[in-house]
Amino acid sequence: MNSRFKWLCTSVVMVLVCSFMMISSEGEKADAFTNQVIQHGATGEDVIELQSRLQYIGYYNGKIDGVFGWGTYWALRNFQYEFGLPIDGLAGAETKEKLVKASKYNKKFVQEQIQKGKKFSHYGGTDLSKQKGTGGGGGGKPAQQPKETPSKPTAANTPNGFSQNDIQIMANAVYGEARGEPYEGQVAVAAVILNRIDSASFPNTAAGVIFEPGAFTAVADGQIYLTPNDKAREAVLDAINGWDPSSNALYYFNPVTATSDWIWSRPQIKQIGKHIFCN
Amino acid sequence: MVRSILIAVLVIGVAGTAFWGYQEHQEKNAILINAENNYQRAFHELTYQVDLLHDKIGTTLAMNSKKSLSPALADVWRLTSQAHSDVGQLPLTLLPFNKTEEFLSNIGDFSYRVAVRDLDDKPLSDKEYKSLEQLYKQSADIQKELRKVQHLVIKNNLRWMDVEMALASGKEKADNTIINGFQTVEKNVTGYDEASFGSTTFVNSQKRDENFKKLKGEQISKKEAVAILRKYSGIDESNDAKVASSGKGSNFKFYSVSIGNGETEASMDVTQKGGYPIWYINNREVKESKISLNKAAEHATNFLKENKFEKLELFESVQYDKLGIFTYVTVIDGVRIYPDSIKVKVALDNGQIVGFAAEEYLRNNHDREIAKPSLTLEEAKKETNPNLKVMEERQAVIVNDLNEEVLCYEYLGMLGNDTYRIFINANTGEEEKVEKLKNAEPIYEEVL
Repeated sequence: MNSRFKWLCTSVVMVLVCSFMMISSEGEKADAFTNQVIQHGATGEDVIELQSRLQYIGYYNGKIDGVFGWGTYWALRNFQYEFGLPIDGLAGAETKEKLVKASKYNKKFVQEQIQKGKKFSHYGGTDLSKQKGTGGGGGGKPAQQPKETPSKPTAANTPNGFSQNDIQIMANAVYGEARGEPYEGQVAVAAVILNRIDSASFPNTAAGVIFEPGAFTAVADGQIYLTPNDKAREAVLDAINGWDPSSNALYYFNPVTATSDWIWSRPQIKQIGKHIFCN
Repeated sequence: MVRSILIAVLVIGVAGTAFWGYQEHQEKNAILINAENNYQRAFHELTYQVDLLHDKIGTTLAMNSKKSLSPALADVWRLTSQAHSDVGQLPLTLLPFNKTEEFLSNIGDFSYRVAVRDLDDKPLSDKEYKSLEQLYKQSADIQKELRKVQHLVIKNNLRWMDVEMALASGKEKADNTIINGFQTVEKNVTGYDEASFGSTTFVNSQKRDENFKKLKGEQISKKEAVAILRKYSGIDESNDAKVASSGKGSNFKFYSVSIGNGETEASMDVTQKGGYPIWYINNREVKESKISLNKAAEHATNFLKENKFEKLELFESVQYDKLGIFTYVTVIDGVRIYPDSIKVKVALDNGQIVGFAAEEYLRNNHDREIAKPSLTLEEAKKETNPNLKVMEERQAVIVNDLNEEVLCYEYLGMLGNDTYRIFINANTGEEEKVEKLKNAEPIYEEVL
C-alpha cells in the first residue's frame, strides 16, 4: 500500500517537473511558434513564421503572406523529407523544433515589412536590408504602428471559383436584400444567387445574376451600394461552401410587398423569416 | 413698398425653382439615357452574337476534318455564353424569357462537349449530327425574329426604357413592338423539344431530379426532427422549437427546424425519410480564436463519427478568420469518392460545430463496388503533362463532364509555382479533369 502511494507521489512529481520544464523551454523560445499544429488552410502569425523560416533555408519561394497554401505545403513536405521527418505536411512539435534549429526568423523585420505592405523576402545568407521591398504602403501611415500588434496575413483563403470581389458583390446583394432577416435567411438568399448561376435560365456569372435588371429590388433601388456587414459576408461564404437553406430555390419574395401575380404562381418550397422561397 | 418687395422675392423664388427644376430634369434625362444606352448595347450585341452563332453552326455542318471541328465548336460555345450574358442584361425579367436562355445554354453545352472530346477517337455520331442540323435551323428562327425586332427598333426609334415602364405598369400597349417581338421569340423556342439534342447533354438537370432517392430509412415525425437538432446544437428542452414541413415546390420532403436560446440561433433541414440532416447552421457570435485549425479538425472528425457518418476522410481544411471549414469525402479501400462530400464548420473559439452540410453526400452516397482499374498508376501517369512534377497520387472516383462517375488516378503536382490536380481515367487513360488549385488571394485593402 505504502509503496504504491510512494510510486504515485513520484510519478506526480515527475509529471509536474516535466511540465515545468516544458513551460520554461516554451519561455525561452519566446519568438518561436505557439503550440498549435499548423496545417494546410490555416492563416495567421504562425504561418507567417513558418513561411519565413522555410524561406530562410530556401525551401519556400513564394510570398510570405500568412496563408498556408499549396506552395507552403510542398515546401514543408520537402523540408520534412530532407530532414528525415515523417512526411505529412503538418507542422507539428517535432517538425517545428527541427525547423527552428535549422533556420532563423527575424520577426521584427518580417512584421515591419508586412505592416508597411511591401514586397519582401526572407532568405538566409543575404543581407536583409537588400531584401526589403519597394512599393506597397506608399507612406500612408508611417511608423505609427505599435510594436505589439500581431501581424496579420496579407492574403486570404477564397473558395474555388470565386474571387474576393465576387464575394463582395454577393455580400452587397445579400445585405441589401436581407439584412433584417435571420442569418439562415441571408445564407438562403446567397444560395439563390448561386442556384441562379448554376441554372440554365439565368446568366452564368455572379455579376450577371445580380445585375440582371429587375431581378433584385435592392439593385433597382440602390440598396446594393450599402456597405455590408460581416454576417452578410459570412453568409455568402457559407452558401459558396455548400450550405443551401433555400433547398435549391431560384426565386424568393416577400409576401407583404410582392406586387407580381406571377411570383405567387411559382411552386413554394419554404419560408424563412419574411421571405418565401420557390422554384 | 412692402408689396413690391414681396413680389420681387416671389419672382426670384419662382425663377430659382424653375431653374432648379430644369437642372433636375436634365440630370434625370442624363441618367435615363445612360440606362437606355446600356440596354441598347446589350440588345444589339445579342442580335450580333446570334447572327454569328447561326453562321458558325452552319460552317461546322460543312466541315469534315476533325481538326477544325473542335475549334469551331469551341467558338460556338463562346458565342452562346456571350449571347447568354447579353440576354441577362435586358429588362425582360418581367416577361417569361427563360426558355430562350435555356436554349442558348443547351447549344453551349452541346458544342462544348463535342469540342473537348477527342473526335479521332469518337467522331460525331449520326444522332449528334442531326442535333447539329436541328440547332442550325432553330438558331435561324431566332435570328430571324431578333432581326425583325431590331429592324423595328431602329426604324421607329423605340426605347427600352419605355418597354421597362410598360412592363412595370402592367399595361402592354398594343403597339409595343419589342415586347411582342420577344414574346414571339419565346414562343418559338418553347416549341423546341429538349430531347432533340441527343444524349450528350442535359444530364445536369436530370441528375438533380434524383433527389435523395438513394436514402434508406423510415419516415420520421416532427418530434424526432426536433430531437435531432437538439442533439446537434445542444440547446435543451427549455427553449421551444419551430418545425415546418417543406412546401410543394420541393421535389423531396424535409422538415425545417429552428431553435433559439437568445445567444444562438440553430436551424436545420432534415429529410423526412430516414431523418438525415441536410444542413445545419448554428449562428452565434464567434469570439477570438483559441484553438488551431488542426485541433478543430479533430473536433470535426469526432463529430462525424458520433453521428454515424462513416468511412470519411478529411480532404480539405480552410481557415476563414475565426472559422474553420473542413471537407470530408468517403474513402473505400483507399479510393477517394469525391461526389460523397460533407462539409463541417467549426468555430475556432471553442471548437463547437457551428455548421454541417451533407447535401452532396446524401444525394450521391450509396453502396459502391470499386472495380479494378485496367491501367496501372504508371501507365496512366504517361497521359499527364510531362512537365508536371507529380507530388501525390492516388485513386479516386469523380463525376466527369458527362455527369458519369468514373474511376480515375488522381495526380497532385506542381507546374511552375502552381499546383494542379489531374484526373486520368483509370480504364481509358483519358484526361478527365484538370484543375488548377487556387492560391491564396492577396488582400487588396481591408474590406471587412
